[in-house]
Amino acid sequence: MSPRRPLPRTAPKPPPKPRPKGASQSRTRLADRLDSWQAHHSTTAVESLQRLFRTPLQSLLTWLVVAVAVALPAALYLVLNNIQNLGYSWQDSGQMSVFLIEDVRPEAIDALLASLNEDARIDQVSHVPPNDALEEFKAYSGLGRVLQGLEENPLPDVLLIRPATNNPDALGELRETIAAEPLVAEVRLDMAWVRRLQEMMALGQRVVLALATLLALGVLLAVGNTIRLAIENRRDEILVVKLVGGTDAFVRRPFLYTGLWYGLGGGILALVLLGAGLWWLSGPVARLADLYQSDFRLRGLDLTESLQLVLLSGVLGLLGAWLAVARHLIQIEPR
Amino acid sequence: MIRFDNVSKRYGSGQDALSRVSFDVASGEMLFLTGHSGAGKSTLMKLIMLMERPTQGQVLIDDRNLNRLSRRHIPYFRRKVGVVFQNHQLLFDRSVFENVALPLQIAGYQAGEVGRRVRAALDKVGLLDKERHNPIMLSGGEQQRVGIARAVVNKPPLLLADEPTGNLDPELSADIMNLFEQFNDVGVTVMIASHDLSLLKRMNKRVLGLSGGQIVHDGVLA
Repeated sequence: MSPRRPLPRTAPKPPPKPRPKGASQSRTRLADRLDSWQAHHSTTAVESLQRLFRTPLQSLLTWLVVAVAVALPAALYLVLNNIQNLGYSWQDSGQMSVFLIEDVRPEAIDALLASLNEDARIDQVSHVPPNDALEEFKAYSGLGRVLQGLEENPLPDVLLIRPATNNPDALGELRETIAAEPLVAEVRLDMAWVRRLQEMMALGQRVVLALATLLALGVLLAVGNTIRLAIENRRDEILVVKLVGGTDAFVRRPFLYTGLWYGLGGGILALVLLGAGLWWLSGPVARLADLYQSDFRLRGLDLTESLQLVLLSGVLGLLGAWLAVARHLIQIEPR
Repeated sequence: MIRFDNVSKRYGSGQDALSRVSFDVASGEMLFLTGHSGAGKSTLMKLIMLMERPTQGQVLIDDRNLNRLSRRHIPYFRRKVGVVFQNHQLLFDRSVFENVALPLQIAGYQAGEVGRRVRAALDKVGLLDKERHNPIMLSGGEQQRVGIARAVVNKPPLLLADEPTGNLDPELSADIMNLFEQFNDVGVTVMIASHDLSLLKRMNKRVLGLSGGQIVHDGVLA
């Protein structure tokens, strides 16, 4: 703080009190104290940030350590998220095929279609008449000549149903309902595939959570250790501050802010790393998806998730600093 | 202002730094503390500053029993005691102004008030023109005066000084003593540890002589 800086006035200056003869312990009013407490917070916040920029290389290294530790689980989370999205776009191939019994009258099929269309659990129903199915089969199976030899169409009427849900239990229930219809001969649903995907996702989420916990611990230790060194470096200052009546909170404050800055900076850097990785991968992924006639695209973190990531990282930095401060500041006492 | 009641201090090593020391210092008094190194001067000062706790007995400052002061309250107590150290304890990573401002910032003064008081204190010790210097650029005597300015900037009722003239030549010592007398004149209780006998005689004040952790002399030096 430069002594000649214009001084902010947030409260009117108290009128000069008549001072008793001799030296007196002057008291500060509560409102003034609150003001100055707030002022100390903001100056400490700014000063500790400036201090970090005064040793840019060292600070950058700590920021990078935090960033990598935060970006790694976040990247895995994104991978899971994208796989899940991909899974949803494949859900079409996992639609329900409802085979009807033979020789159903068209009116009965229309009635069934109408009732299915009213079911909220069903997104879309389409009817494939036996002739259409046969044509399609001929076109795609490569058995066209063999099939031409058939005297009559062996295929039944089929209803293709796209369910509105992808919850395996709900799908199972829907399947039961449809199977109970008198016109329905069989319902096919690749439940196993849906279940496997879900279970794999649940497992993946656990792995990410475990990894994130470990790496969060790593951030705590890394920031804690850096703060410990900072405390050692400022030992003289801490002693003097304690000798002239600095409270523990006053001594703690700059280090806690330093930890917060390490965390927030690391979080922002992690976002940059994630963004760069996503940009690097998105081209090839898009080309690959195009080859499969898919419009799948890599999805990054949205604004809320990004903010949460930075905030979480900041909290980790603060906690790490708190651990170091709680352990080491108490040991520095004037002797 | 200061009352020692049968105070003993034994360090972990088993060495008795003070044994059964009792004395009273009235408010507004100025006195010296003398004795060879190891006689217990520093320990006595540290007990007043709550840097150490007595093994036995009670220390009362301003009728307040320090034994009953919890760790949490120590900072607030220390704000009422100004201390001048032999090695100044100045911080060389900031200006003279910021060094002197530290106790005020800690006590929560407004920036405007801090500036006013710091300049008043620096003016008092004759260093107003050096407020922007780093203390490392100052001479030993000037550094000591910065330390004094920092000790009195909060207008404490009690001022302690541990060998404040230890490294200074006689002329500078006299200047520093003169400053302490001026503070005493406005009502501050001043207690100075010194082993400079000629200085003690010249000052003609009450002297507490310590030897082997006991008070062996109390009164003006003959």
